[in-house]
Amino acid sequence: MRRVFYNLKQALQQIGRNKGMSAASVFAITAMMLILGLFFIISVNVNVFTEVVKSDYDTVEVYLKDSTTETQAAQIMEELKSLKGVSKVTYRTKDQAMKIMKKRWGDSGYLLNSLGSNPLPNSVLVKVSNLSTANTVNKTAVKNKGVENTTYYKQTIDKVTKITNTIQIGALVIMLFLVVVSVVVVSNTIKLTVFARAREIEIMKVVGATNWFIRGPFLVEGIVIGIISALISSGITYLFYGKIVARAGVKMMTMLGSPLVPAGYLCGNLVVIFLALGIGIGACGSIISMRRFLDA
Amino acid sequence: MITFKHVTKTYDGNIGLKDVSLNIDDGEFVFLVGPSGAGKSTFIKLIVKELDADEGEIHVGEYRVDKLSSREVPQLRRKVGMVFQDFRLLPKKTVFENVAFAMEILHKSPKTIRRRVPEVLKMVGIEDKRDRYPQELSAGEQQRVAIARAIVNNPRVVIADEPTGNLDPKTADDIMHLLDTINMSGTTVVMVTHAKDIVNRWNKRVVAIEHGRIVRDGFGSYGFREKTEKKGGRHHA
Repeated sequence: MRRVFYNLKQALQQIGRNKGMSAASVFAITAMMLILGLFFIISVNVNVFTEVVKSDYDTVEVYLKDSTTETQAAQIMEELKSLKGVSKVTYRTKDQAMKIMKKRWGDSGYLLNSLGSNPLPNSVLVKVSNLSTANTVNKTAVKNKGVENTTYYKQTIDKVTKITNTIQIGALVIMLFLVVVSVVVVSNTIKLTVFARAREIEIMKVVGATNWFIRGPFLVEGIVIGIISALISSGITYLFYGKIVARAGVKMMTMLGSPLVPAGYLCGNLVVIFLALGIGIGACGSIISMRRFLDA
Repeated sequence: MITFKHVTKTYDGNIGLKDVSLNIDDGEFVFLVGPSGAGKSTFIKLIVKELDADEGEIHVGEYRVDKLSSREVPQLRRKVGMVFQDFRLLPKKTVFENVAFAMEILHKSPKTIRRRVPEVLKMVGIEDKRDRYPQELSAGEQQRVAIARAIVNNPRVVIADEPTGNLDPKTADDIMHLLDTINMSGTTVVMVTHAKDIVNRWNKRVVAIEHGRIVRDGFGSYGFREKTEKKGGRHHA
């Protein structure tokens, strides 16, 4: 306990003596974390969006020929239901299909009334748990004589998944880069205090201080800088993202059919990430900056 | 206490120490003398493992220094008090703090520190200066602080590297008395020096090093002629 206090006291003293550089590193790390936070938010939201899209399009529609009888339809349903990965099979009559279509068209739904006879086919909706199942369902259904054709949104989903992955990998690379830059910035700041205290470190070594004892205050200094940056970044992110969700959240919902992740939930996670990152960056930075001094 | 067995240390091909064997017993007082660049500093740095020997064995107390892992080095250094020509005090700490610092490093409790530091300051004769800063003290007083720091953790050996080099003869003599007192209490003292008069006056064991070799080991005088005549070679007591 005494040791913890000793390190903390020393670290705060060092930061106090070196206000300019400490503030500069806090700025740099905060900026880095904000960018990182931005990528994190984008990546989480894209993820949620993909999930929503996937659940919307996890259904294969099997259109039946008009000549197909109800018994045949029942057989088809049985066959599809027995496939692995199929969670639900429902029958939709052409009338139901028309109703749904009218609903989708909304105010313009009355236009459909002028069609006279209902051109929509009866269909079987097959809910699948993953894309490969959709493929099997597709193949099996098409073979059946009572089936006109099928649709499912494999390509759409594939495309969305691909874009999501690209965005996430890109974000990850940029984040890693930013982390490395931050470590360098912190290690340079701490190197200044290390130089300023070179004499003291030398004397510490002469008197028999362990390397960890000497490192302690510098390590804490780095960690304190990291934590301060993390708190500032979390605050700023929460403020801005909260506003964005409040203003644009509803619009996004109607436009994309997918909600924005709530600010409170997302920032809760972000604080943890920022803190872990800040502590990691601070610790690595100070250990790197001390390395040469403690070689002997 | 300190044993060197066939120790060799070279720097980029230049010889620091060449096949040096030496034994210093517990409680001895030894002067280490020789011209500049003879290998005295190398000798000291090897003892506290600031340098690693190329060959040979080095024993300090129970430590086998040449085989010591870097993790054990601090343990060794706590058993060896160091005093330097330039004192090496921390200018922003008071006398008390400078000495206490050596105890803090060992995580001694504040209570122990408050009891032990005044005791040592009294022993070296500067208990009235405890709240002064080093630059407010005379050179002799600063060296006393340095000695206090070196002995505060009760080391078994004190190594003094030209401790009187920056001091006038009177002060130097005081410091010698202090080191002698420390030696009397059972601590081994190894003192590197150029001060012929001191060596000649105090009848102690003298180890003379020249060109990286021990050229003389015995009691009594410094034994070197003036530097200009050094080429003459080895001198035996």
